[in-house]
Amino acid sequence: MINTGDILETIKMIQEENLDIRTITMGISLLDCIDPDIDKACEKVYKKITNYAKNLVKVGEEIEKEYGIPIINKRISVTPISIISAASKGNPVKFALTLEKAAIDCNVNFIGGYSALVQKGFSAGDEELILSIPEALSKTERVCASVNIGSTKTGINLDACKLMGQIVKKTSEMTADRNCLGSAKLVVFCNAPEDNPFMAGAFHGVGEPECVINVGVSGPGVVKAAIEKAPDANITEIADIIKKTAFKITRMGQLVGTEASKRLGVPFGIVDLSLAPTPAVGDSVAHILEEMGLEKCGTHGTTATLAILNDAVKKGGVMASSKVGGLSGAFIPVTEDSGMIDAAKCGSLTLEKLEAMTAVCSVGLDMIIIPGETPAETISAIMADEAAIGMINSKTTAVRVIPAIGKKEGEELNFGGLLGHGPIMKVNTYSSAKFINRGGQIPAPIQSLKN
Amino acid sequence: MRAIITVIGKDQVGIVAKISTACAKYNANILDIQQTLLQEIFTMTMLIDISHISKDIGILKGELEEIGKEMELKIHVMHEDIFNSMHRI
Repeated sequence: MINTGDILETIKMIQEENLDIRTITMGISLLDCIDPDIDKACEKVYKKITNYAKNLVKVGEEIEKEYGIPIINKRISVTPISIISAASKGNPVKFALTLEKAAIDCNVNFIGGYSALVQKGFSAGDEELILSIPEALSKTERVCASVNIGSTKTGINLDACKLMGQIVKKTSEMTADRNCLGSAKLVVFCNAPEDNPFMAGAFHGVGEPECVINVGVSGPGVVKAAIEKAPDANITEIADIIKKTAFKITRMGQLVGTEASKRLGVPFGIVDLSLAPTPAVGDSVAHILEEMGLEKCGTHGTTATLAILNDAVKKGGVMASSKVGGLSGAFIPVTEDSGMIDAAKCGSLTLEKLEAMTAVCSVGLDMIIIPGETPAETISAIMADEAAIGMINSKTTAVRVIPAIGKKEGEELNFGGLLGHGPIMKVNTYSSAKFINRGGQIPAPIQSLKN
Repeated sequence: MRAIITVIGKDQVGIVAKISTACAKYNANILDIQQTLLQEIFTMTMLIDISHISKDIGILKGELEEIGKEMELKIHVMHEDIFNSMHRI
């Protein structure tokens, strides 16, 4: 039998340190649902999703009960809808309403894939879909949207960047009565991964199989607790502790993913080795960085500690799983992390520092609330900066900012639940309009010429 | 299929008796028991075979948790694979 110490360690991780499986996400290809008649296409989409995912929540709950490990979310990601809607004439919002209905009937809390991939230009259907995002997100609750505006291979589509600044702002305006929640479900990517199980950026890439199960693990609390036990360790030892902990966390994800795929009769895709925080006490990435020796997250040294954390999580996790993918690293969503919220409130964590952190974290500027009066061009320029970091460093970057309509810097916005709450952060007020209005394509960097 | 029951709390009369009675009631076979007492804190891990249990594992779990509440003990039931995958390569 396994020794008692190991058993107690696992139980402590789950009971006290918030170890959980953050999400089981079923990716479903909708390519065969394409139809020139939009109503027929929507009907096919609904039937396909509800057929594949009808048992997703049930199986997730069974595994949860049998194995004694919490599985927080069960979700669905689909082929970027712009590819499906391109063939049908009509308002793409119909697809959003269909996704919403499918999500409700499958009892999943989010469905991702109201998306377009426009890193090198708009094809038929892309622009219509992007323009419909504000309406789609204001008429649905569970649908998540994302747009990929750049990649290392293609450069950055500055026209899309300009458009997305306006779309984010309009989405916030149209959901102003619900704390601008719409833009919390809208992500702008550079180098978007096609197998990401995490929302709001999940979609099922065109190179993916028919149906697949991807798993996202979590456990910032476990990593923090492990570091706490070594107050005098040097940084090499800290990196080693993180690696070992990440290994254990990932093994759990691999086990649950394999089991879920077996029970659902769907191939197992990947484990996403991410440390995803929640607003709950003891589930914060910022607190890990502080445990590593910072007085407050955001101060000098934050980027270095985050780089160590992100790298060690990958190194530990990669051996624990047969297939690793998605975003895999540490997330830094401000409103979803109690330590980040505190750091932003006291002024230690600023937008500029967050941008620097995104050069070494797994995603990007995430869940950041900005003043409602921020011009669309400035939001576009924030996206361009972030996409540039991703493009040059061959990594995924993303922007999920929420313009708080009618509110100013220093006030607060509260979304509730996993999306959390946070202060409205300061944004540089000098204009970037001329740059953004130039339009065109930022050429692919020299790094893209690898052949 | 095998599961591990862990019991942590203040030592008192009847812990093993009550838990093994519940296991017997649902036809869960006890394969191994390890028990220690660390400064009055009773810690027990019990390996049980649940392949032939008469009811759903959730029901056995619920009953054990009830016993836990009554006796002020922390009782967890988890699938053995969780520990195997985490602690063995």
